[in-house]
This record gives sequence, structure tokens and C-alpha cells, in this order.
Amino acid sequence: MSRVQNAAISSVRTVLGWVPDRWLPSGSPDPLIARQQEIGRPTSRVDGPLKASGRAPFVTETVLAGQTYATLIHSTITRGRILRLDSTAAEAAPGVLLVMTYRNMPRLGIVPMASLTNLGAAGNSALPIMQDPEVRYNGQVVAAVVAETQEQADHAATLVEIDYAQEPAATRFEDAKAGARTLTSILIERNHVSVGDAERELRSAVHAVDNVYRTPRHNHNAIELHGVVAAWDGDALLVHDSTQAIVPTANALASLFGVAKEKVRVISPYVGGGFGGKMMWDHQVVTVAAARLAGRPVRLRLTREGVYRIIGGRSPAEQRVAIGADADGRFAAMIHTGYSVMPPYGRFPEQYTLGTRAAYRSKSFEIIQRHVDLDIVPNTFMRTPGETIGAFAVESAVDELAHVMDLDPVELRLRNLPDRHPLSGQPFSQHAVHQAWTDGAERFGWSRRQAKPGTVRDGEWLTGLGCGAGSFPYARMPGANVRLTLRRDGSAEVSTAAHEMGMGTATVQAQHAADRLGLPLEQITVTLGDSALVAAPIAGGSSQTVSLVAGLSAAADDLRDELLRLAGPDSPIAGLKAAEVRLADGGLVSVADPARHDGYREILARAGRDEVTVTAAGSPPLEMLKYSMHSSSAIFCELRVSAVTGEVRVDRLLGSFDCGTILNPKTAAGQLRGGMIMGLGSALTEETLFDERTGRIMNPSLADYHIPAHLDVPPIEVMWTGIPDPRTPMGARGIGELGTPGVAAAIANAVFNATGKRVRELPITLDKLL
Amino acid sequence: MNPVQYRRAESVEDAFPGAQWRLLGGGTNLVDLMRKGVEHPAGLLDVTGLSEEIAASDDGGLVIGAAARNSAVAAHPLVRRRYPMLARAILAGASAQIRNMATVGGNLMQRTRCAYFADAAGSRCNKRAPGSGCDAIGGFTRYHAIFGASPECVATHPSDMAVALAALDARVNVAGPGGTRTIPLAEFYRLPGDRPDLETTLGADEIIVSVAMPASPFAGASAYRKVRDRASYAFALVSVAAGVTLRDGVVDDVRIALGGVAARPWRALRAEETLRGTRPTDEAIDAAITAELASAEPLPGNEFKIELVRRTTVAVLSELRGTPA
Ligand SMILES: Cc1cc2nc3c(=O)[nH]c(=O)nc-3n(C[C@H](O)[C@H](O)[C@H](O)COP(=O)(O)OP(=O)(O)OC[C@H]3O[C@@H](n4cnc5c(N)ncnc54)[C@H](O)[C@@H]3O)c2cc1C
Repeated sequence: MSRVQNAAISSVRTVLGWVPDRWLPSGSPDPLIARQQEIGRPTSRVDGPLKASGRAPFVTETVLAGQTYATLIHSTITRGRILRLDSTAAEAAPGVLLVMTYRNMPRLGIVPMASLTNLGAAGNSALPIMQDPEVRYNGQVVAAVVAETQEQADHAATLVEIDYAQEPAATRFEDAKAGARTLTSILIERNHVSVGDAERELRSAVHAVDNVYRTPRHNHNAIELHGVVAAWDGDALLVHDSTQAIVPTANALASLFGVAKEKVRVISPYVGGGFGGKMMWDHQVVTVAAARLAGRPVRLRLTREGVYRIIGGRSPAEQRVAIGADADGRFAAMIHTGYSVMPPYGRFPEQYTLGTRAAYRSKSFEIIQRHVDLDIVPNTFMRTPGETIGAFAVESAVDELAHVMDLDPVELRLRNLPDRHPLSGQPFSQHAVHQAWTDGAERFGWSRRQAKPGTVRDGEWLTGLGCGAGSFPYARMPGANVRLTLRRDGSAEVSTAAHEMGMGTATVQAQHAADRLGLPLEQITVTLGDSALVAAPIAGGSSQTVSLVAGLSAAADDLRDELLRLAGPDSPIAGLKAAEVRLADGGLVSVADPARHDGYREILARAGRDEVTVTAAGSPPLEMLKYSMHSSSAIFCELRVSAVTGEVRVDRLLGSFDCGTILNPKTAAGQLRGGMIMGLGSALTEETLFDERTGRIMNPSLADYHIPAHLDVPPIEVMWTGIPDPRTPMGARGIGELGTPGVAAAIANAVFNATGKRVRELPITLDKLL
Repeated sequence: MNPVQYRRAESVEDAFPGAQWRLLGGGTNLVDLMRKGVEHPAGLLDVTGLSEEIAASDDGGLVIGAAARNSAVAAHPLVRRRYPMLARAILAGASAQIRNMATVGGNLMQRTRCAYFADAAGSRCNKRAPGSGCDAIGGFTRYHAIFGASPECVATHPSDMAVALAALDARVNVAGPGGTRTIPLAEFYRLPGDRPDLETTLGADEIIVSVAMPASPFAGASAYRKVRDRASYAFALVSVAAGVTLRDGVVDDVRIALGGVAARPWRALRAEETLRGTRPTDEAIDAAITAELASAEPLPGNEFKIELVRRTTVAVLSELRGTPA
């Protein structure tokens, strides 16, 4: 989610005058990089037992006193207006308290669109929500029914009669291309990049490939359905949400409903998967409005179909990638252009060309993205937006070029790796991509690959090997506040309104706090998921972990200062300055003379304090301005294709990653493997069936929308360089999205190696291989 | 979801559905369709308490009670020994959880997976609302028919189990207020014609009591191969149930039933006819299935099924010809 990076950078630009700190060139790397104890251990998730035993509830398991239940009614047309809406029968149905439509919905403004500089916005769509009879996309919410029970609400919803006047809708990608828009910038980057004359270089290149790659729509399918429980108490609003944007949601709801920010509390302790889909959409607003009208707490849980109808997903795209190379394979031209969908009321540009800017050296570049407008629920971020489909196109093209040149595709990549950012010339903060490739190739047994496609056969099965690269930008968010409480019993609590979405945030921050404070892991508790805690930014762009590490590190500095003050003249460390002590071994210790040590318990006891609490925010992420910061992957795949049916069976995947310090190998491996499985799905099975005749999604269920089943997922090996990034907190970079990009290309390239058939359109279903 | 009544049948006589009532097996299909507004029964008559017995019959065959769970059938020793193809077909379907719930009667009677049929809120469908039109034609047709469709309906029957039963010449024993009768599986499903809402020859007030299979000459020399969009938990794009016996290297008996291609399991009678009495070389099998496919009429978007049927059938039969029954 580079949008996060965008926001982070733009806010950083306003604070450039701030004192640089340790992540900057003038600073020295985080000292903890050299002193890892708990960090780096494969600690099991603290929420594991709760999850395994069903005691970490989904949001809609919340039951408040007097709670009622809502059901949404979705438009069945794509463009037009409601002509007649008769809710009489529904209102008369048993248990019904309210039928909310555009007629009685409170008049509300537009949800502040996710622009994260002020933590006040989390919206995905600039369309009004039930404010008028207009229908703007298929599946839009047109009414909500609230009743005493879910069954009563569901039933009453079937009794609402709606007639529409239909208008022509823009639903065809190909037709809409003619009117495509060209944005000036894609997130933080200039959209159009032109270095040299790439078309001319391409024409005169010794070797060249020039092809179009197509990728379909995807929908979000987090295991936990989107849900909200909202309750008003006077002008105070309590919202239980499943969200990756706790504070922005609270703030946005406050401004939307015209109440003070302090009056809104959003609670979201466990999120059953986010992936970019759990920001603000219509359901939170509708539920809060319904709770106000009904005068009772309201619960809304989207159906699986409802998630498809009103939560956007990944945009479809058509990308042209052309690469020209000299006789040695050095790139002379890199052209990456294309089309994706973004309606004018959406904000998410599917940044598939961003990775291309940093991936390879080239004499010339031509990069530009165009956007087509369709009448759809706005697309949004979906795990590794941009890079997932961008890497499919570019890394397929690199493989095609290697084939044309009769050169090993790993070797071709190695020949073109940059030693600084190819466009900006900025140094990389840390960049061991070469090592990731060579280590990965070695471990995988890449040398077994037969360069000539279609030559390895085992019965009816054709076997192939393929590889592809992935990358993801580093982002650290400003505004990550952490509250740290140290108690006289030697325990500490870390709290912040950040998000536990199953990736192990609480676990890893506990490990971090243990090392940062010099306390045993058991003495640390981490509390997340409540806007009443100190503010934290959204969980997105794989930035949460490092953002919190920076926040906690700042809080630890403040704690040190406070303890130094409290230690008093009788302390073994009396007289030392802040820079001369550090937190270690359960207390403050002199850097110069470790024998001078004063325990936390002792300091607090002497000062007569039960606890000390400090709150601090991470420093502004200035490092992102100074360096080109990316994590990278080399993905390898071995698979079989049935020569009879065209069915593809992946036998093995290996991901070799260069992504800074691995804070916890267990949770990291889970993130990377999970990301790779999403890449596998994008390669072989996932596709939203969007009926272009009507603009309606036709497979809104997990039976019909094919994510990989267990049998589709092969053994997946992950490995990493483990080299700390000297410019980041703990040397770490985000890894939540890194697993996905590169996988689809590795699979497509392996399919080519197996069969000699080049599939440039995902998913690679069997009919494309017959 | 609408309010419904519910009653549990204690005996077959107690289980004839009244008007607007539906029989309830495992509910894995019917309840989904009720949630989607496709089915609107006034009441549910639960028939899972009726016979779930799986028993050998005197003629060397097998009788399976309609309430037998799919997983129980697939695991039964007699099924595995005498009709391995049936066990494989069942296990190729759905998920373990669904098979644990699903009954044999419900499996036979499950409705099509056509996306437009399932979309009561937003799509037209002649099967769901006769005369309203068919949005599948011109839409997503990957799971749709290449045989026996009509301008009214191009849906397929999704059951894997039924394809194996078709190849095994199974019979469906049914009962109604007028008594009992037996319907050969080959006559159980109707092609859509201009009444795609009429899917079977079962009377509105009749109930499936059991499924009977005659002794099978194939056993080991039979196979079920399902081709699909993911390795498990997906409906068949195409499936082939086949059995073959040879005498002196010549085809003595052969059965080929195709799934995923028509509103009923498609017995490839023409291909069977062509093969009987010939040496089953790859060329002969290819010629036979090609003859069958001559009557196929694919839709835009599912043309690939022709080639897929051809190749899969050749692969299955060429493997079987070397296998002793
Ligand atoms: C996600 C998913 C994936 C699936 N994948 C597959 C697959 O790959 N292959 C496959 O073959 N199937 C698949 N299925 C379908 C599954 O096999 C059927 O849902 C199941 O067999 C239906 O059995 P049931 O007992 O639950 O039927 P129910 O849902 O209870 O009933 C289905 C119909 O049968 C009628 N009925 C039930 N019993 C009788 C009776 N005794 N006499 C007359 N009518 C009766 C009911 O009235 C109803 O109309 C899948 C289902 C799901 C939900």
C-alpha cells in the first residue's frame, strides 16, 4: 500500500526542519540491531491459543444490551434511479424497527477519503451513501432493514419493493479505454516517466520483446466478514468494527455525524483478515446512521455476497511491457504502460508501474498508467496492490526476453540489477537482491532447469521450472504513538490504537519491548485495537510493524529520561546523562561501565511510584526521503501441466527474500507464505466474474470465486538474507505484502518452461493450455 | 430467508411432500437456495430419518437408501469393491464437510450451479422463472452445456455421483401416494427443451427412496476422472465416468458417461456403440468420442469443452484398456 508511503512522505516534507534522528545518514543504526534477544526468535503468537480455541471473537459476536440487527438491500441495476420504493410490508413485518432508505437516512456529507496525513480519513468512495434515489453501481446499498433479530431483518428485507428506472451504464473495459484519463501522479510518484527515447531504443535493440498482459478483477475475501456494531449514548458513539483503520474511522465518523472526536470510540481487538479491504465503506456509515434513527444499538454483518457488492477489490488491468536489450542482455529500453479501472469517485490507482522504476537498470524508460472510468464499486487496495500485477507483466516479459536470447533468466536479471535507484539515483538503504537470487537459486536447485521448453515429461505430466522477482517499498508512518507503562513489579505494558489482524503484531511488539526495555518477554503485555488508546496510523502498506517499533523506541527514550530523573542521587547511575545510559537487564545501565546498574523496581521503589507512564510518537520517517528503500524477492516454482487436460499442479514454491531484520521467523514465514498463496491464487484460480453486459458480479461466493484450496497449495519454502537495514528501526522493513509479487510470473514462466505455451492473461486456467 | 415450517418424516408414507413443501436432505443445496431467494418452500419435510441402508442385493448389485450420506456411500466396503468408480466420483465432489451432510437423494436432486439461476435478485432465468429469459446465454458459460441444451436453458447438472451412477446403469426407486416405481437413471433427468423448470421425471409428490445398481462387470476396470479449475472443491468442467471389459483384446462392454456437459449425466451411447467389438486403440477411442461430439453445440466461452472431453475420454479409456476388471 504505497498510498501510505505517499501520505507519510508528504507529511514528512512539511517537517523537514525537524532534527534528524538515528535512521538518517547522520545518525547511527538502531543499537538494538546488535543486541537482539527476544527479537529474532520464533515466538508463537500470543493470540494463538485464543484463536485456536475460538475465544478471539469476530466483531459481530459482540452483543450489546438492546441490540438490534440490520440487513442491507443492494441495487440490482447498475445505473439509474429508484422510481418507487415501498417499504410498507417490511415495516409491518414482525420485529421490524426501521426501514432506512434515502428518504429517511440522516443527511450526511461524503466520507473523508483515505488521505492519511491527518488520520482523519479512511474512505474508499466519494459517492453519497443513501442520500438520493440515484444508483451508481450494481450492488450499491439502497436500503437497510433493522429488526429485533437477524432473521426478522432478513425476512423483512425480502418484502421491500423497489422499481428502478435504468440508465445506460459504462461497464465495458475495452469501450471505456477510449476515454481513459491520465493522472499527473500515481500516489507519490510522477505518473509519466520518460528517460531517453525508449521506443526508438526498442526498435534498434538487438533483442526485444513487446507484449500485452491482462489480469482480472479480484475481490476481497477475508475470512471474517465485514461487520459493525454501533451504539449511540446521547452524542457519544461506540463502534465495534473489524477494521485496519481504527483511529481514522473514529475521526471520520465524528466529522460525518457532527460530534466531537473524543465522543467516538472504535474498538477492534481482532480483525479476521484485512488485506486492504477493511477500511471505511458504506456499511459503517449505514450502521451508525441506523443506530441513531432506531435509538438502539445496531449490528450489521455483510453477507459474503454483500462483501462482493459493496467492498471494492483489485482493478483489472491491461499492461504493455516492452524490453529492449543489447547483445549482452543489458536493458536499453524499458516500456511499461497500461490501463486499469478507477472511477472518478475512487482514489486507488492500482500502481502497477511503481515497482518497475526501481527494479532494473535501463538506458531508457517510458512509463505511464491510464485509468478508465466504469460504473462500479470503487476498486481499492488489495494485498500488494500494483506490484502483484505489475510484477506479473514485467517478470513475464523478462522471462520472454531471456528465452529470445537463450540466456538463463536468473542471469539476465542479475545483469540488470541496479546499484542505486535507476531513476532518482538515490542510494538504496540496503539491497541484497543479488544474494537473494543466488541463495534462492542454489537452495531451489535451479540448475536442474532445462532451458528448452516442453522437454521434461513424466507420463502425461509436463514439468517446468520458473522464476520471477517481486518487490515492495518500505514505508513507515508518522503519528505512531505508543504508551508505555512500567510498573514497580517489573512488568510493562505497551498500548496503542494499532491493529491485530492475525499477522502477529502484539507478539512481535512484545518481543521488541522485551529487548528495548531489557525485560523478560513474560513481563510484557501489548494492548491494541481501541481508539481510546493513543493514536496509531492505519495498518497498511506493510508499515505497521516498523511504525510501532519507532514509536516504542521513542517511548523507551522518554522512559529512560524519566527514570534517570526519578533515580535520584542515591542511584548507582547518579550523575550520568541520558546518552550515557541505556535500558538493559531490567533497569538503567551505564554504557561505559555496565557494572553501574539500577533496577526498575529499585528506582520506582525509591521514588515511591507504583508505575511510570510515558507516551511518544515515532520520529518523522525522514529516512524515506534520503534513501530508496525496498524489499525484494526471488520466487522459484516447479510445476506440472497435464498434457491431457491442461490442468496445472504446482509442486513446489520457494521464496528468497531480502527484507531487513526478520523480527520473528515464525510470524514472518506465515506472512510470506500467505502472501505467496495469494500469488498462487492470482496465477491460477482467482477471478471475479464481472458481467460486462450488466456490470454485475456473477460469482460472489467462495464456492464460485476460486481461491486456492488446500490441495492447490504445495510445500512452500521461505528463506531470507536476514541483513538488517541500517536505516530503519530494528533494521526491519515491512513484509506483510512482500510474498505476493513475483509468484504469478514465476508460475507463468514455469508453465512456459513446461509446455512452451506463454500465457499472458491471468488466471492460467486449463483452457488456455489445451 | 422466509419463515418456513419444518417436519421430520418418520416413514416413507409420511414423506410425500404437500404442495409448496420441499424434502430436506442434508440441506447443503436447498438451504443455500432458500437464502438466495431461489427456492421459497412453505415447509421443509426432513427425510434424513428414512433409510440410509447400504445393502447387497440378490443379483450381485447394491441398494443405497436415499438418506445415506455421501461420505458413508464413498466409504462403504461394498461400494469400494464393486463400484470404485462411484466412490471416486463422490469423493471428487464438494468438501468432506458437505459430503458428511449431503444425502444420496439430495445429491441426485441438487440444482444447477448456473450463476444466473442462483442470482434471483439480479438475473433472468427460465429455469427459476419460466418465460423470463436466460442471461446465461451470452454470459459466463464455463460451466454450461455442450449437449442437449435449448434456446431456453443451457445449464448443466452438477452432480459427480450421478455421472458414475449413469455409467453404472443405476435405477432410482421412488414412491408416491400412488405407489412405488423404478426409473432408470438414464430416464431420470430431462433435457431442458422449453420447460427447463422441469428437471426430472420424478412426480411433484414423489420421493426418492433408494438407488439400485445392478452387478457391475467393471469394478477395477473403471474410472472417474474429473477436470476442474482447482485441485479440489470445484465443480467439474468436464468429467468422465467409464468402464470397459475386453474379450480377446476386443471391447466386450463399455460405458462412458460425461459430466459437466449437459442437463443430465451424458451417456455417450454413440461412442459406446462405436467402440463395442473393436480393438480399443487410441485411434479407435478418439474416433468414437469424436463421433459422439459431432452432436455437441458449444456456446461462446465453452468451446474448449469439446477438446477437453475428447482428450479426457481418450486418456481414461486408454488407461483402462490395460487394467483387468
Ligand atoms: C460449495 C459446494 C461445493 C459443491 N461441490 C460439489 C461437487 O464438486 N460435485 C458435486 O457433485 N456436488 C457438489 N456440491 C453439491 C452437493 O453434492 C449437494 O449440495 C448435495 O449432494 C445435496 O445433498 P443434500 O442432502 O444436502 O440435499 P438438500 O440440499 O437437502 O436437497 C437438495 C434437493 O434434493 C431434494 N431431495 C432431498 N432428498 C430427497 C429425496 N429423498 N427425494 C426427492 N428429493 C429429495 C430436496 O428437496 C432439494 O430439492 C457442492 C455443494 C456446495 C455447497
